[in-house]
Amino acid sequence: MKFSTVMSPHLQPVNSVDRVMLQVLLALIPGIAAMTWFFGIGVLINIALAVVVALLAEASILGLRGRPIGSTLKDLSAVVTAVLLSISLPVIAPWWITVVGSLFAIVIAKHLYGGLGYNPFNPAMAGYVLLLVSFPMQMTAWLAPIELGSVALSEIDLLKLIFLEQLPDNVNFDAVTMATPLDSVRTQLGLGRSVPEIKTDSVFGLLAGKGWEWVAGGYLLGGLWLMWRKIIGWQIPVGLLLGLGLFASICYAIDSNQFALPSFHLVAGATMLGAFFIATDPVTAATSVNGRIIYGLLIGSLVYIIRVWGGYPDAMAFAVLLGNLTAPAIDYFTRPRVFGQKA
Amino acid sequence: MFSEYSKIVKDGLWLNNQAFVALLGLCPLLAVSNTVINGLGLGLATTMTLVVSNTVVSLIRNFVPDEIRLPVFVLVIASVVTMIELAMNAWFFGLYKILGIFIPLIVTNCSIIGRAEAYASKQRADKAFLDGLSMGLGFTFALVTLGSLREIIGSGTLFAKAELMFGEAAKTWQIDVITDYSGMLLAILPPGAFIGLGLLIALKNIIDTKVKQRKPAHIQIPIQAAQEQ
Repeated sequence: MKFSTVMSPHLQPVNSVDRVMLQVLLALIPGIAAMTWFFGIGVLINIALAVVVALLAEASILGLRGRPIGSTLKDLSAVVTAVLLSISLPVIAPWWITVVGSLFAIVIAKHLYGGLGYNPFNPAMAGYVLLLVSFPMQMTAWLAPIELGSVALSEIDLLKLIFLEQLPDNVNFDAVTMATPLDSVRTQLGLGRSVPEIKTDSVFGLLAGKGWEWVAGGYLLGGLWLMWRKIIGWQIPVGLLLGLGLFASICYAIDSNQFALPSFHLVAGATMLGAFFIATDPVTAATSVNGRIIYGLLIGSLVYIIRVWGGYPDAMAFAVLLGNLTAPAIDYFTRPRVFGQKA
Repeated sequence: MFSEYSKIVKDGLWLNNQAFVALLGLCPLLAVSNTVINGLGLGLATTMTLVVSNTVVSLIRNFVPDEIRLPVFVLVIASVVTMIELAMNAWFFGLYKILGIFIPLIVTNCSIIGRAEAYASKQRADKAFLDGLSMGLGFTFALVTLGSLREIIGSGTLFAKAELMFGEAAKTWQIDVITDYSGMLLAILPPGAFIGLGLLIALKNIIDTKVKQRKPAHIQIPIQAAQEQ
């Protein structure tokens, strides 16, 4: 009988990059499923397109840099970036939006800085912000949830809309799109209506927008599973939700007509996706235990500040990028004390 | 003699390009390079300033006490820029309005005081003149390259609003590189300038490396071996 003798360490580490990335992808499934249920298969088309483009971009730039291509592609990090970017995009975004965003995320935000592990900014969010700043019109056209849309688009129609930017003859663009809950809170407040009045609009469901709250629930479920699997720590998600929730509660306590409920902010927009999947990116987040709590709190408060007083309805991408910028400083000031050293 | 002048020209245009190598004067470079014409306008104004200030600084270099040379140089540069600003106000009013604050700000362009201090204050007037001209043209080259890159990506055109510089006849110069293009705002906004400049510097480094590889390696006799012989 033959025994294989291997060098130490004999206990294999449980988490390699590709295992972590694979579990992140698995954890995204409930959210993506909810999104497909409420907004149609557009999201799946976006994901497929983004993944293909990201893998091609990663392969070609690895070739240019003279790095091993096959083994790096297998670590799935490009796939995670592509999926995170594409589920942040409007489900009817034209195909070139997805292509430009994925290319920017992989080539400029990731590989120009040295590839996985060296990028200071979350590639998916850098790609998203590029698109949001460059193409505001395409990036704000959100499809209405299926139960609210006045026209139902078939799968063929969706494909035509994404790849040819054509709608069926008798359908008008405004009939299929709809303001997101965060958008409508923002514009209606600008028109002088109070929050309780706005909440009675048809776009709102139990906590946030109809459909949207289920998507957020899906991400929450996946995020909790990741936490249970110890893929992500509790510090960043808890810090982020706490920061956002505290800020929202204070403002809500001051004036409940002007500021939406904290529960609305926690469920609306990209909060759940951001808290569990985006801010927790191990490369770009703070790494010390206390640092991660501060990092989460900072991003959470920034999300609220930008949502309420900033120029854009949702703020996760901007807040995460600003958080990324502070991560090295946070780590510097929260380095754990070496045992025996004076504080 | 001739090789000295050609070295000045080569330095200014390529080897020590103020924008791509020295990375000086980035504020105007990044702020007004959103179209070719804006870049060309500011580039030529900067060139003009560099030529005149370099020449003047070189001519007065023997009369300026060392301790107060920098204030004197700044005064010279400021008066040159004031003249250029008034001239642009008179003859290129449209361009003057677009470039706005960046024309008076040429005073603070560090490549100008840099050339005055590092070169013109130590060299003869003819060399200082040539240095100003080639450094300025190198800067203009960078501005126009970055400007065309950003204009094509940002709005899909080239030479838009050429009439601001070249008169009414230039109204037809605009080339629509990409038709039916709704534009990419990022290229026109400041981040586009930073990304574009970074890519151009990378391109310059690639060209330099390729050129170096193509040259046959010089055969060098090690010093020790030479000494032993």
